[in-house]
Amino acid sequence: MTNVETLYRIWVYLQTEPLFWLTITIGAFLVGDYLYKKSNINPLVNPVAISILIVSGILLTFGIEYERYFNGAQFIHFLLGPATVALAIPIYNQIKLIQKEALSITITLITGSLFAIFITYYLAKSFGLDEKLILSMLPRSVTAPIAMGISELINGLPSLTAIITIATGIIGASLSTFVLDFMRVKDMTARGFAIGLTSHGIGTARAMSRNKTAGIFSALALALSGVAVSIIIPIIIKILS
Amino acid sequence: MLRGFFIILLFQLAGEVLQKFFSLVIPGPVIGLILLLFSLIYLKKIKSKKILNVKKDVMSTGNAITSYLSLLFVPIGVGVVMHISYLEQNLYQVLGVIVLGTVLTVGLTAKLMEFLNQMLQRKKK
Repeated sequence: MTNVETLYRIWVYLQTEPLFWLTITIGAFLVGDYLYKKSNINPLVNPVAISILIVSGILLTFGIEYERYFNGAQFIHFLLGPATVALAIPIYNQIKLIQKEALSITITLITGSLFAIFITYYLAKSFGLDEKLILSMLPRSVTAPIAMGISELINGLPSLTAIITIATGIIGASLSTFVLDFMRVKDMTARGFAIGLTSHGIGTARAMSRNKTAGIFSALALALSGVAVSIIIPIIIKILS
Repeated sequence: MLRGFFIILLFQLAGEVLQKFFSLVIPGPVIGLILLLFSLIYLKKIKSKKILNVKKDVMSTGNAITSYLSLLFVPIGVGVVMHISYLEQNLYQVLGVIVLGTVLTVGLTAKLMEFLNQMLQRKKK
């Protein structure tokens, strides 16, 4: 009896400690990464998606609130900021190639960003979603903090935007390779740029781990489309209202 | 390593301060990215040994952090699963928009850029 009690007390203690959640998160990621490599790098087996499912499964099984988990895992989350800044380095290393393709980058950036916004609007409208939800979905193709900022600006719901944006990143990272192979796009700069433009950071992380050039162009698109969409959406809303 | 990390944090800090100061929609880390990129380009011309060493430090730290980029998305990704009930009865429609929208956008954007690259390169020749 005392043994069980002690174990319970240790469990209660661990739940409040970052150590436990950091270990679980990194462990889940290693499992996801292992399965990904074991599957012969199958694009549908996404290490991020697997580790998210493992951790969520643990939280749901033991009835642990997300806030408690996040409190512990925030040390990993924190590194997203410095990692975003550090994306300047691979972009810098490829500055010559970027300058060479500057014109196609500019045209693709504007066309692609506009298309991402309009297709979201069109699909959401035809699926009968209400206005507040549509507004919250519009900036889903850019990195979550930018998307949330835009959502707030246009009277969407930033927390809903965060969920939809990150879901877009995960789905985009899982499906893009498949779609791009199907459409026979061989140009690595084009593949990377399209992935970064549609599925922002999560897509970029994915592209980086598969092909260096694609990863760099994805990081470039992530930064550029973030700026482009945050200018485009408020303008469109102003014109339409 | 530590010096490199310090400099990256410094750029993020500068980005966050600028973002708050001018209340920009672009988040601090993205501003930090842009600042760091321009600093690296600017420093290219300067060949002092001290600066080259610092630059090397920043680059090796940066490469180390970005190689684990995927892992960093796990904590917020878990949040999506845990909060999916926010979408309530709209869940399937929202997923439909995300899947269809993403597939169409990524395919068409990549095709467009590949086409532009080929066309512009042919022109140069």
